[in-house]
Amino acid sequence: MSNKQADNNNNNKRTPSDNKTNNNNNSGSNAENIEFATSKKNLILNNNKGDKYIENINNNLTFISEFIRSKSGIAGVIILLILIFMTLYAFFGIPFASFKEWNNPNYWIDNPRLASPIWSDFFGFLGRNTPEHLILSSVDNNDANSGKNKVTISTTNENGINVVTHSYHIDYNSDVPPNDFMITYSLHKEEIPPAIEIELIRPNKNKFDIYFDSITPSISGSNQSITLGRIFSTDSLIHQKLLDYLKFYDYKQETSKPEVMLFSNQEKRSIMKGNYTFNVKFYLFDNEDKILNSKLILGGEKFGLMGTDELRRDLTVGLVWGAPVALFIGLSVSTISIVIGMIYGVIAGYKGKRTDESLMRINDIFYSLPTLPLLIIMSLFIGRSIFLIVLFLIFFGWMGTAKISRSLALQIKNFQYVEASKLIGQSDIKIIFKHIIPQLLPLTFASIAISVPGAILAEASLSFIGLGDPSIPTWGQILHEAHTAAAASRGLWWWLIPPGMLIALTGLAFVLIGNTIDSVLNPKMKRM
Amino acid sequence: MTSGFLFFLFKRIINMFIVLFSILVLTISLLGPTMDNVIKDSVKYSVIDSLSNQKVEFKDITERQRYIDQQIKLQIKNLGLEEPWYSPNRFFNTLLKVMVLDLGKSNFFVSDSGSSSVKDIIIEKIPKTLLLFTTSTAVIALMGVYLGVFLASRAESKLDKTNSIFAIFSNSIPVWWFGMIMIFIFAFSLNIFPARSTPLTPPDDPFYFFDLLYHMILPFITMVVLGFGSVAYIVRHIVSGILQEDFIKAKFAMGIPKKKILYSHALKNAAPPIVTMIALGLAGSFGGAFTVEVVFDWPGMGKLYFDAIGLMDVPIIIGLTYVSTLIFLVTVFSIDLIYAYFDPRVKLNE
Repeated sequence: MSNKQADNNNNNKRTPSDNKTNNNNNSGSNAENIEFATSKKNLILNNNKGDKYIENINNNLTFISEFIRSKSGIAGVIILLILIFMTLYAFFGIPFASFKEWNNPNYWIDNPRLASPIWSDFFGFLGRNTPEHLILSSVDNNDANSGKNKVTISTTNENGINVVTHSYHIDYNSDVPPNDFMITYSLHKEEIPPAIEIELIRPNKNKFDIYFDSITPSISGSNQSITLGRIFSTDSLIHQKLLDYLKFYDYKQETSKPEVMLFSNQEKRSIMKGNYTFNVKFYLFDNEDKILNSKLILGGEKFGLMGTDELRRDLTVGLVWGAPVALFIGLSVSTISIVIGMIYGVIAGYKGKRTDESLMRINDIFYSLPTLPLLIIMSLFIGRSIFLIVLFLIFFGWMGTAKISRSLALQIKNFQYVEASKLIGQSDIKIIFKHIIPQLLPLTFASIAISVPGAILAEASLSFIGLGDPSIPTWGQILHEAHTAAAASRGLWWWLIPPGMLIALTGLAFVLIGNTIDSVLNPKMKRM
Repeated sequence: MTSGFLFFLFKRIINMFIVLFSILVLTISLLGPTMDNVIKDSVKYSVIDSLSNQKVEFKDITERQRYIDQQIKLQIKNLGLEEPWYSPNRFFNTLLKVMVLDLGKSNFFVSDSGSSSVKDIIIEKIPKTLLLFTTSTAVIALMGVYLGVFLASRAESKLDKTNSIFAIFSNSIPVWWFGMIMIFIFAFSLNIFPARSTPLTPPDDPFYFFDLLYHMILPFITMVVLGFGSVAYIVRHIVSGILQEDFIKAKFAMGIPKKKILYSHALKNAAPPIVTMIALGLAGSFGGAFTVEVVFDWPGMGKLYFDAIGLMDVPIIIGLTYVSTLIFLVTVFSIDLIYAYFDPRVKLNE
C-alpha cells in the first residue's frame, strides 16, 4: 500500500547515505573521531550529516533563515497554513451539527441534489447557465437575505384575526425556470388550526393565489404544540389553483409544472425576469399561536462553493471537515510510528548481539507483511473507528525508522561519552533515552514530515475501498461515495476533483517541508 | 553458490514462512467466528430446503422444529463443527484448508465457467491481476531507469528539476483518484476509452483477449503515468552519486563514450540499490493496483476483493488474503534473490 511505499522510498533514499556513513566509519581513521567526540560533546556523529544536524538544530536562527530561503519549503508551509486555516474554520466557522449529522439525510434536505458549485459558470464548458439554488429563511440572516433577495415580516389584524405575512422578494434572472420550489414552516399552535395562504406577485404585478389550506398537524416531526410543514410545488392544491390562471397565457401551459408556469412570460415561451414576491400568509385564530420560522427554497442546479453530492450534502462542509481529520491521522500516525521505530531501533542497535538479531528478525517479518490485505482484514473484523485505523497504520509504519535508527545507534554507542557513562554505571535505559535518542531527534523531524503523506494516503485508500470510519466525513470517504455513484463516468467533476486535490496537496505540503528540513540539516544530500 | 549465499537464502525462506504462517493465523483467528456462522447458516438452510423437498409429514410445528434441530446438529457434527473454531484440531484443519484453497463455495460469486467454488473464482482472477500489474511495472521500471540515467547525466538541468517536482507530485496523488480523473477525461469528456474495464465480449470469444487489452489501456496508462516519475527520481539520485566516483571520472578520462559509461558502467554499479528500490516499490504498489482495479472495474483480484467486502463473502475474503499474501511474499523473495545476484557482498557474508 502507498503507506508502505512512501516508507520504503523514504528508506531507500537514505540507503546510499547510510552506506557512506558506514564506510566512513570503517575506513576513516579513528583518531579524527576521537578528537571530535572529546572536544565537543554535541558533535557526536563523525560524518558531515551528523555534524550538520546537530549544529543547525542548536542554532535555530540559521535553521529558520535557511528554511526561508528554500522555495519549496515556503510552498509547503503555505499549503500547511491553508490546511490549518481550514481546520480552524471547520471548528469555529461552521456549525458542529454539520459534522455530527453528516450521514443524516434529513439534515441536508433543503439542499439540491448534485448541484455544481456556483462559480461553475465561469468555465462555460463545465456547466449550463443554470439557476442558483436559493434558500431564503425568515429567521437566519444568511447571505441570501443580504442581496437583492430578502425576507420581510409583517403582522396585520383582519377582523380580529392575526395575519402574519412572510414576504420573500426574489430577483430572478436565469434563462431557465427553477427546478421546483418549496415552502417550509414551523409554528406553535393551539386548538384551532391556523390557515396558510400563498400568493405570488410576478414582475408585471399580476397576483396569483397559488395555495390556501388549513394547517393540520403533520405526522412526522411534530409534537403537541409545534407543527412542521412542507409545501412542495407539486402539491395538488397548487395544481388546482393554477387552473384558474391558465387563461392569462397566450399559449399552452401545464399546471403540473407550476415552477415553469409561474416563472414564464405570458406572451411567449420564455422566462419572465424581474422581481417576484412570494407572500406566505398565516391566519392565526388564537392569540397564543406563533410562527417560529418559514423558508422558501427555489430549486436550482448550483449551490455553495463546492456544490453538493447525491445525498444533498454540502461538499464545502465535507471538504473543510476533511482537513482536521487528515491532519490528525497524518500527524498522529507518523509521529507515533516514528517514535516507536526509533526506540525499537536504538534498543536493537545499542543492546546488540542476540537482542539485535531477534529484534531485526521481527522487523524483517513486519517488513514483508502485505499492508493492504491485512488492513482490509483488520478493519473488517476489528473495527472501523478512526482511532483504530490510526492504530493499524502505526502497526505498519514503524519498520523503516527502526532500521535507520539502529544503524545510527550502532555508531553512537561506540562514542566515548556513551562508554564513559556506561563505566559510571548508568542504566541502559538512561543511556538510551538521555544520550542516544536526543542525538537522533533532529533526524526524526524530517522523517515525521516525510511519512505524513503515506499515512494520509493509506487512510484515504482504506476509506475509498469502503472501510473507513463511516461516521466522519473524510476526503477518502467523499471519493468513495463519488465512486459508488459513478461520478467519473457521469461527469460530476466537482464531486471528484477537490477531495483528491486536497489529499495530494496535503501530502505535497509535508513532503516539501520534510525535504527542506532534511536538506537544510543535511546539505550533502540535497534533494531538490 | 557460496555458503554465505545459501545461509542468506535459508534465512529468507524461513522469514517467508513465518510471515505466511502468522498472517494465516491472524486471518483465521479474526475470521474464524464469522466463518463458523456462515457454515452453520448454510447447513440450516440446506436442512430446511431438503425437508421441504422430501414432504415429510409432522404432527405439529414443534415436532417439525425438533426434527430440524436434530438434523442440523447431526450435520454440524458430521462437518466437525461442534468444536469451537479455536480448538487446535479445527484450527489446523482450517489452516490446511486455506493453504490448498479448499474454502468451499462462495455465496454470491460465480466464475466465468459457472463454478461457484472459491478456488475456481480466485484462480480465474489471478492472471488478469498479474497481466495488468506486471506489464505496468515493467514499463514503469524501464522508463524510470532510462529517464533516471538520462537525468543523472544532466543533473540540475531544467528537465531534472521538472522531474523532481513531477515525482513528488505523483507520489502524493492517490492512484485511484487519478484513475477516476482519467475516466472523467477519457471516458466521459473525450469518449475514447470505456469507463468500465470489464470487457463485454464473453470469455470464450476468440477476440476476448484483444478486447481485454483494449480495456486495459486506461488503467495501464494511469499506473504508468503516476509510477515512472518517482522511479526516475530515485534512479537519478543513485546514479548521479556514482557518477561522482573517481573510477567514472577515470573512464571519462580514458575517452570511453559517455553513453557507454552511463548505461553500462554507472548503471551496473547502481544496480543493487535500484533493484531494491524498484522491487520494494513494486511490492508497495501491489496494494495500489488493487484500488486501480476497483476504480476501473478491471476483472481482477482487487475488484473481487472489493465486491466480496461489500457482500461480506467470508470464504472469498480469506482466500484472497491468502493468495495476495503469497504473491506478495514470492515477489519479495525473488527481489532478494535478484539483489543477492547484483550485490556480491550478500553472497560472501552476512
